[in-house]
Amino acid sequence: MLKQGLFDIKENIKLNKSMYKMVLAGDASAISAPGQFVNIKLDGFFLRRPISVCDYSENDFTILYKVVGAGTEKMSEMKEGKLDILTGLGNGFDTSKSGQFPVLIGGGAGVPPMYNLAKVLKDQGKTPTVIMGFNTKDEIYYLDEFNAVCDTIVTTADGSFGTKGFVTAALENLNYTYTYSCGPEPMLKAIYDVSKTDGEFSFEERMGCGFGACMGCSCKTKYGNKRICKEGPVLCKEEIIW
Amino acid sequence: MVDTKVILSGITLDNPVIPASGTFGFGYEFAELYDINCLGSFSFKGTTKDARFGNPTPRIAECKSGMINSVGLQNPGIEKVISEELPKLKKCFNKKVIANISGFSVDEYVYCCEKIDKQEQVGIIEVNVSCPNVHNGGMSFGTSEKNVSDVTRAVKKVTTKPVYIKLSPNVTDIVSIAKACEDAGADGISLINTLVGMRIDLNRKKPVIAQKAGGFSGDAIFPVALSMVYKVADAVKIPIIGMGGVSSADDVIEMMMAGATAVQVGAANLVNPYVCKEIIEKLPERMEKYNIKNLKEIIGVAHNG
Repeated sequence: MLKQGLFDIKENIKLNKSMYKMVLAGDASAISAPGQFVNIKLDGFFLRRPISVCDYSENDFTILYKVVGAGTEKMSEMKEGKLDILTGLGNGFDTSKSGQFPVLIGGGAGVPPMYNLAKVLKDQGKTPTVIMGFNTKDEIYYLDEFNAVCDTIVTTADGSFGTKGFVTAALENLNYTYTYSCGPEPMLKAIYDVSKTDGEFSFEERMGCGFGACMGCSCKTKYGNKRICKEGPVLCKEEIIW
Repeated sequence: MVDTKVILSGITLDNPVIPASGTFGFGYEFAELYDINCLGSFSFKGTTKDARFGNPTPRIAECKSGMINSVGLQNPGIEKVISEELPKLKKCFNKKVIANISGFSVDEYVYCCEKIDKQEQVGIIEVNVSCPNVHNGGMSFGTSEKNVSDVTRAVKKVTTKPVYIKLSPNVTDIVSIAKACEDAGADGISLINTLVGMRIDLNRKKPVIAQKAGGFSGDAIFPVALSMVYKVADAVKIPIIGMGGVSSADDVIEMMMAGATAVQVGAANLVNPYVCKEIIEKLPERMEKYNIKNLKEIIGVAHNG
């Protein structure tokens, strides 16, 4: 359930040309599942910035964020201070359905939530494999951290690192029991089309509030209208309407 | 002790603070966060005859000091609102609610208002006339004196509860529209709905919002709303619910000084889900600062002298 709180910026570092890592300390007890997101208030900006959680504990959480506009650019310049953040937003991934060999697929800025998900699955005694997809070698981040948790395959569209092609090129050669995916919608659709198992897909949409009040991020599913921020961002394969 | 009570068409509200339609759902998301019985009332999500998904996404764009929405009246339809949403709301809100009704023809307004009027939980019916009239080339009801009077007259015929008409600011002369509502028998006026606005995504070189333009709300529109409330208060005798960019106790007081009997808080709820509770808690302290003992006494005070 949603909680509003002030969080201390403990770390804010550059990972590559556009990705940053921020660690925020404070009461993170509202975060209850991998794949949830937080909504961050920034001085001078009207709406909050919804950003997925990469990793969390009771007392802090980590976000890996891409600088895409003026808001995230401002975030990237912050050195210290406190941020007003809504935590515990969205449904997150359901780790009970994974089977023994789940594959976790993150594309570009969709990689971060796979980190905590991989850790949780591993702690449950499962054997996750991560596929990270990028356009080119320069965009890769957090590979060492992922490698420390589980087998991690990198794909690059231009072949400059790892497997050449999209994430689906790596998926073809794997045996797996379930898929968890987060990334651009064309990538999600490609995984949906080629994957041989059931799975969960994390979607993105422009949000107003991030907690279910404004109906800004609604989508149609086979089980009726859902709000990406509230009943999502994770949808099950069987319910998705493309 | 200061007195924050106001009286809206015979209904006494503990305070004038009312979350605006479309920013508070049917209340229960917020009831998980705080006891929403502290509110004066609240205006529930705009309801139409049939269930609506609303507009395609993206429906939201940010602006300096505000936001644009193009939700397009997503709602489960009047039957489900009555059979499912109102019973859920009853569990967390024991005051009278404001029923916000929209329609695309006079008949639809009549259909919904007649049904909602019979609901014991409903205190006031707020009729949103900013929707396009499908029988009149899609022009918004709220932009013509004739259309607003037709809707007002038709709705008043089938209702017993106070009917407030929620006006669009996207008109040449909001005063003549407000007068037309009063002449047609409206019990009160709510203003303002959102202003038309748009943003363009510089990377995609396309409008951010799928429908290109949407409704602009938030801090930036407060002075526009205030001046319209002031002008309308000069021209009509029926009570006004003022709204548009309200986000603080001072804004509430200012809106009341311009002539509002009660005040709605909209977009601010989406940024700070606790904002209405915080405003209500802050109100007595701010009243003392401005030497106000009784909030009712400042309604329209800025018109004196």
